[in-house]
Amino acid sequence: MADLADLTVATAGERLATGEASAADLLDAVIRRASLTEAELHCYVTIDHDGARRAAEESDHRRSRSESRGPLDGIPLALKDNFCTRGLETTCSSQILSGYRPPYDSTVVARLRDGGAVIVGKTNLDEFAMGSSTENSAFGPTRNPWNPERVPGGSSGGSAAAVAAGSALAAFGSDTGGSIRQPAALCGVVGFKPTYGLVSRFGLVAFSSSFDQIGPLARSVADALTLFEAVAGHDPLDATSYPGTVPEARPSLETGVKDVRIGLVRELSGEGYEPAVTAATNDMVAQLEASGAIVSEVSLPSFAIALSAYYLIAPAEVSANLARFDGVRYGLRVTGETVEEMMARTRAEGFGPEATRRILLGTYALSAGYYDAFYGQAQRVRTKLINELANVFEQVDVLVSPASPTTAFELGAKTQDPLAMYLTDVCTIPANLAGTPAISIPVGLDADGLPIGFQVMGPALGEARLFQVAAEVERLATFDHRPEILAAAGDRL
Amino acid sequence: MTDWEPVVGIEVHVELKTASKMFCGCAVSFGEDPNTNICPVCLGLPGALPVANAAALESIVRIGLALHCQIAPQSVFHRKNYFYADLPKNFQVSQFDSPVAINGWLDINLDGTSNRVGIERAHMEEDTGKSLHQGGGGRIHSATSTRLDFNRSGVPLVEIVSRPDLRSAAEARAYAQDLRALIAELDVSDARMEEGSIRFDANVSVRPVGAGELGTKVEIKNMNSFRSLERAVASEIERQIALLEGGSRVIQETRHWDEEAGSTRSMRTKEGSSDYRYFTEPDLLPLVFAADTVDRLHSDLPELPADRRSRFEGMGVAAGTARVLAMTDPELRRIFTEAVAAGSDPMTTAIWVTGELTAVLRKTPSSKVAGVGLAGLLAMVKEGKLSSSAAKEVLTEMVASGDEASVVAERLDLLLVSDTNAIEAAVTEVLAAQPHAVARYRSGEEKVIGFLVGLVMRSTGGKADPKLVNETLRRQLVG
Ligand SMILES: [Zn+2]
Repeated sequence: MADLADLTVATAGERLATGEASAADLLDAVIRRASLTEAELHCYVTIDHDGARRAAEESDHRRSRSESRGPLDGIPLALKDNFCTRGLETTCSSQILSGYRPPYDSTVVARLRDGGAVIVGKTNLDEFAMGSSTENSAFGPTRNPWNPERVPGGSSGGSAAAVAAGSALAAFGSDTGGSIRQPAALCGVVGFKPTYGLVSRFGLVAFSSSFDQIGPLARSVADALTLFEAVAGHDPLDATSYPGTVPEARPSLETGVKDVRIGLVRELSGEGYEPAVTAATNDMVAQLEASGAIVSEVSLPSFAIALSAYYLIAPAEVSANLARFDGVRYGLRVTGETVEEMMARTRAEGFGPEATRRILLGTYALSAGYYDAFYGQAQRVRTKLINELANVFEQVDVLVSPASPTTAFELGAKTQDPLAMYLTDVCTIPANLAGTPAISIPVGLDADGLPIGFQVMGPALGEARLFQVAAEVERLATFDHRPEILAAAGDRL
Repeated sequence: MTDWEPVVGIEVHVELKTASKMFCGCAVSFGEDPNTNICPVCLGLPGALPVANAAALESIVRIGLALHCQIAPQSVFHRKNYFYADLPKNFQVSQFDSPVAINGWLDINLDGTSNRVGIERAHMEEDTGKSLHQGGGGRIHSATSTRLDFNRSGVPLVEIVSRPDLRSAAEARAYAQDLRALIAELDVSDARMEEGSIRFDANVSVRPVGAGELGTKVEIKNMNSFRSLERAVASEIERQIALLEGGSRVIQETRHWDEEAGSTRSMRTKEGSSDYRYFTEPDLLPLVFAADTVDRLHSDLPELPADRRSRFEGMGVAAGTARVLAMTDPELRRIFTEAVAAGSDPMTTAIWVTGELTAVLRKTPSSKVAGVGLAGLLAMVKEGKLSSSAAKEVLTEMVASGDEASVVAERLDLLLVSDTNAIEAAVTEVLAAQPHAVARYRSGEEKVIGFLVGLVMRSTGGKADPKLVNETLRRQLVG
């Protein structure tokens, strides 16, 4: 029998329902796994031993009285450390928020608690979610469970690695330019970014407000959907929250892809793409076609300049969103002779190099005389891309591409070259610019035994179609590999 | 020597008195203990998001309509970026190039003449917290520490910007007063200058009379009464004229009004203060004002002070009094309207309402006096049944008791004796008792009449109509 820490949420739910396992058992399993892997992988910034224990006991108590609250009741989950959790340290992996305990739960956290989920702890990220490798964490990098010399991707690298390593059954992350899908791809798990507005951002520490979207990282497409369903839906506390009903995607998990029109994005291939990634992508497209899908190649010229637009708009929003960290009310304070000096010193010491770089970039892009050439132009590109996507979704039902041009790279390989690092988000950024849903599913390993992610993109609110195709990709890929570290850990169990 | 023309524009910040703040559910409430009306949103805590207050948006649309502005069918919030300790997010949610209301006007009235002042825009924003500097006389640069109160943070604020259409300090004051009256009429703000719920800043420049181009403008701040606004503008105009006549030039800057010194002084200029790096607030959707909503708000507007002023003038009330009456308490205006309806002369009634009645009610707030009652009182004065001074006494008692004027006058024994027979008798009696005075009068010493009037008044207990006494005395003395 498999270790409880390696179960999907769905299977764990069945075990809980039949009484084969308790919430406390599940928690014990993931905590035991964490105790074996954390020293090497560093998925978590904080593990909430006491809170998780209490939540598991309450869940078991509810279940004993047949008052269980749904598919997440008793399931041990991890949260990226940029979700506000009441009384539990929320750092965004930044010195400037070290020790900060929010006085309130984010909407997603409140919904998870209502659903009985057991929150194991807060996972590591690139500082304020800015990065693609989780190396920008002030508390040290997270390592990839498939090969600890490699990065897990980012910025939700801690969440992706925790799910891959078994120190949580599933996790939540945030995706601003690919921060769920890219680490999911690099860690061999499923990562889903919903349509902008379907999941409330209230209580998610803002990186780039017009792109940020919360989503799940999980071991199966069905699990990802379960987690999404638990937190999606209108929130009056988020003005950008979608007021209508959440698309119903569960029935489409089993329908297959016969006659589904699939477009392979020409711009997301070629130079810079590892041959193994391209091969795996093409292979999956062929399999989908064999399963009855109608495949065509489509061109979206704006995808080629999406990255540039993103790296102007996102930093512009960052420069304002991160202005509040000034030492006045909370977090780090470095004293000075005057208020201005205190603020300046606090910020200089509190932010790491990447956060500082993006604040400066954004401040510059918004400055008088540069605004139109930079920020204004980037917004025009964004509009163009949205229009192109709308047109292409007249012709095809979904778009497919690699989720990342490469598999996991070595730690330190791109830290000295921000541009190279930014390029790792080239496949994922368009969906953020357009606010459309996208999902990454593991489809194979490269020659080094590192996972390859396949991305499916849909139109806004096209979640049903997206999950229909994603489920078929998962069936076709039969991805049942395990990181070696787990085999080794398993021997020690 | 050059004749100089002052050019003044006014920026007004109005704090709305909505139940909750602009972007969160915290109460809008003044004078409470520091940091009691706060939450993650108005404290700018990580992760908090704004949600726009619909009641505040309705208020700004009403203000815009009352100022004859166009209401933009779609309007956008922006972030105005600057660092300040009492600005929790270090950006203010405001509006840059798409305000809610544009291109309106307000008719002001000064010394009986009406003047149309252009309104450039009215936009919606949020207020900041308050810095309370400790030590060093409460000034920021000498303070030893600063405490922050965020109760005001996020209170809805409407900024109204006039065109530079004002030509004197007195006009600036009249505009401010008339605008305040309009805001009060709309009932959207406490509009109290001393509490800061309405704040006026002035942009002042001067130019040679006849010049087309505007001079360099200076922004002046920190005026907390209409009087100080007028003084500050006058002082700044004088300062600029003196500079120009001395061959210097005016520097574009912000100056602080010093009430005690009676002059403006330069504030430390903020570095790069003009670059607020505005961009669209991504956490809020564009504001959309449906035409039917705007139409409904328009038709529901109350009568505005300027329109009311014209109406009173049309009734025969002098311009100055009409202006005061138009801006006075609605309860007083109701009394005025009722009294006039009951037959009182509008001008006389307006004088009594804005003068004596206002004074009495300020001392003793009461709801017992009705327009009909005031009409009764004024009729008695007109008919010679009450002296003006006695009428004031009667009014005070009417306000206290709610009784009719005739009842009060009788109870206080203030009715004038206009019974000719009684006065004739009293005069005869006094003259008989004062042969010496009679002789002096008859020998040409006319001023003795005053002494005799006094005696008659005393013998009638002060209730005789003095005019009638005078006439009777003269007739009997001649006789
Ligand atoms: Zn609040």
